[in-house]
Amino acid sequence: MTNSIDEIAGADFILAIGSNTTEAHPIISLRIRRAVQRGATLVVVDPRKTELAELAGQHLQLVSGTDIILLNSLVHVILEEGLWNQEFVQSRCEGLAELKQAVEPYTPKYAEQLTGIPAAVLQQTARGYAQAAKATVVYTMGLTQHVSGTDNVLALTNLVLLCGQIGRESTGINPLRGQNNVQGACDMGALPNVFTGYQPVADDACRQKFAEAWGGPLPAQPGLTLGQMMDAAQQETLKAMYIVGENPVLADADANHVAAALAKLDFLVVQDIFLTETAKLADVVLPAVSFAEKDGTFTNTERRVQRVRQAVPPVGDSLADWQITSALSNLLGYPMPYGHPEEIFRELVKVTPSYAGMTYARLEQAGIQWPCPQADHPGTPFLHQGEFVRGKGKFHAVHYLSPAELPDEQYPLLLNTGRRLFHYHTGSMTLRTGLQEICPEERLDISLQDAAALGLNQGERVRLTSRRGTVISSVHISDRVPQGMVFASFHFPEVAINQLTNDARCPKSNISEFKICAVKIEKI
Amino acid sequence: MSEVTIIMNEQAITVPAGTTILTAARENGIEIPTLCHDPEVSRYGGCRLCVVEVAGWGSLPAACVTEVRPDMVIETESARVLEARRTILELLLANHPEDCLTCEKTGACALQDYAYRYGVRRDAFLGERQNHPLEADNPFIIRDMNKCILCGKCVRVCSEVVGRSAIDFSHRGFRARVATALDEGLQQSGCVFCGSCLEVCPVGALTEKKGRGKGRPWEMTSVTTTCPYCGVGCQLKLQVKNQRVIGARAGGSGLNGRHLCVKGRFGHGFIHHPDRLKKPLLRKEGVLQEVSWSEALAYTAQRLSQVKQQSGGAAIGVLASARISNEENYLLNKFARRVLATNNLDHCARL
Repeated sequence: MTNSIDEIAGADFILAIGSNTTEAHPIISLRIRRAVQRGATLVVVDPRKTELAELAGQHLQLVSGTDIILLNSLVHVILEEGLWNQEFVQSRCEGLAELKQAVEPYTPKYAEQLTGIPAAVLQQTARGYAQAAKATVVYTMGLTQHVSGTDNVLALTNLVLLCGQIGRESTGINPLRGQNNVQGACDMGALPNVFTGYQPVADDACRQKFAEAWGGPLPAQPGLTLGQMMDAAQQETLKAMYIVGENPVLADADANHVAAALAKLDFLVVQDIFLTETAKLADVVLPAVSFAEKDGTFTNTERRVQRVRQAVPPVGDSLADWQITSALSNLLGYPMPYGHPEEIFRELVKVTPSYAGMTYARLEQAGIQWPCPQADHPGTPFLHQGEFVRGKGKFHAVHYLSPAELPDEQYPLLLNTGRRLFHYHTGSMTLRTGLQEICPEERLDISLQDAAALGLNQGERVRLTSRRGTVISSVHISDRVPQGMVFASFHFPEVAINQLTNDARCPKSNISEFKICAVKIEKI
Repeated sequence: MSEVTIIMNEQAITVPAGTTILTAARENGIEIPTLCHDPEVSRYGGCRLCVVEVAGWGSLPAACVTEVRPDMVIETESARVLEARRTILELLLANHPEDCLTCEKTGACALQDYAYRYGVRRDAFLGERQNHPLEADNPFIIRDMNKCILCGKCVRVCSEVVGRSAIDFSHRGFRARVATALDEGLQQSGCVFCGSCLEVCPVGALTEKKGRGKGRPWEMTSVTTTCPYCGVGCQLKLQVKNQRVIGARAGGSGLNGRHLCVKGRFGHGFIHHPDRLKKPLLRKEGVLQEVSWSEALAYTAQRLSQVKQQSGGAAIGVLASARISNEENYLLNKFARRVLATNNLDHCARL
């Protein structure tokens, strides 16, 4: 997030795109609600009628995958009506001419035909966003899990920059991150192309710095992403994997392909707290501890580094992940003699400029938001004040790209996937709590019209099939989904929905198109 | 903003105009008891326990809803005030089960604390008592409306902060109580089980079902940590007894204050679940079998080393995790690149 969670409550206009905030980020939805109570305008862009959409003044229930058309049309209106922030664009941005040219065809009338949103509503949204004193954008995976995921974000960024709705309190562009430490994992360089703090591995100076810190040579060529690793395993060029705290057999798109790829590995070691579907395929399973049994830090979606504190001793003989990795490293001839996570933290801040001013003592009270470059720096509640990291903010000419697989005669329905309030990811944790009692099974959301056409009653069981797989689920007839769409979560192993999803990926970020694939339904 | 000076308990106090007597008192270290007041939700003025005496006023105003006026002379513990408070507590206790011995809230109950502070027992008024059945038809929250003092904090937090309005007052007078629509039970009410009502309830009317009989507040160690679910980073206070996590409460400060979602508040049962892996497993003759750490680690190191030597580091992939700590991700970064000589390092960031 460019801004802090608290700042959302202070916005006058909130544009939420592809974010089921009340279910996926409930506490952030309280801030959105507070802003609405204060009189802020909330516009929700989502093909589903989520609870947040019901709270919104305007729900733009767009045709799935047409985000760029919608966003480019907003930019088109703002340019045409001269509503853009000329002072901001002239002093802080570049590439306006290219942007103007790119959005020229995206008239509101044209966008209406493809997105299904009336031109007048698009115009009203554009004016509201551009003219708000403090407008903020919130987005989640509904925007990014598409083959055009990166371009979707760039189209959104164009809108934000053009209106200068960034770099101030309560104005900005805020991806809500979905996992406790997904921000921290990225910050810590758990990515194929960067070290900690997004320092590129291909950059000689960065690599040299880390080679010195870590006492030895480091590979220069950026590595494979998760999806590419699965492809390489399938092709048998990747021979071994060390998987920590992940369950790709249920979580990743086209899961049958993932399971087949993992089966081809010469060696698979999985480190987790439960015997997950992925761990069941492993040669070695290493028992790790849960968050309650260790010390450390997580970094949240607003870049706040916060303490994790040990509350209970490790269960059984399990060990903390840092202890296991250290022990493996010791055996492989590279000593990692750490006695406590704080020692690791002291080491990592030395090589990570955005964390450089942090210590456990400083994090004790409320954590610190990066960047925090020095010991006396208070942290950064919002980013991009005065200047962008790259200097000028760059407009990107982006165009609509059709989803990789749309419904057709053979597979006539669109499958959308995401989360539900009562469960989390592949259910390895929440299905082992009381949450199971209140939400015991997956129920595929289907519109009344589609249910009627298929002769389905509430709760009946169906076989759901895509080109990649089949699952059996009961149905929940609901007005949350439009006609032509069904929606399922990936929380229940019995309804392993990612066996159906499409692994077509955004070429820039390698994210899979979890939000759109074609399926058919048969009553059983 | 203009300021107002008042005299409270013979002490001159200056506060901004519009400040309530209660806020003025609390900001100056003067304790006034309240049951229905909560700074996060709208002013209610229902319980009247916060009454104070203002010189020249005939009645005793409720401090939580009365704003200061210039030159007010206030007594917060005068004889009239104490008598009124005792009577209010006597009336509340007349219709309250005296089962502090087994009540989950004992030790953290505002009614119990005030009864103790003002020396009030239940024998002052005798009459009809509520006799509602316990509502426990959901996995998380037990509602005992016999213990409800109708402070309405749960109603206001559900409506004003959470926005669900799953509960409200129903009936009138002696029969008044907090209920769901059509008395259908919380699970049918649109309740999202965030538990904010539990957090604000001052008495034993709302208690956590799973924690029942597991431990008293003073037996628990409270460990502040960060929630393991979504990326919001809510602060949790894990309630620990005998080396087990018994419950979770909201951190009380920071970005989530007293609020959590259903997963953060009630989703901790996995920690001590019998399915937890307790020993390393090694596949022998096709079956995963329990082995010692030294055997599992030696085998893993040997196999990784073998692949690295035969096919190079680029033939090894490492998936770090959005679930583990920064320190652990940093070590995996170092381990993959420096020890295994591979940049094939990624995690589930795109999920």
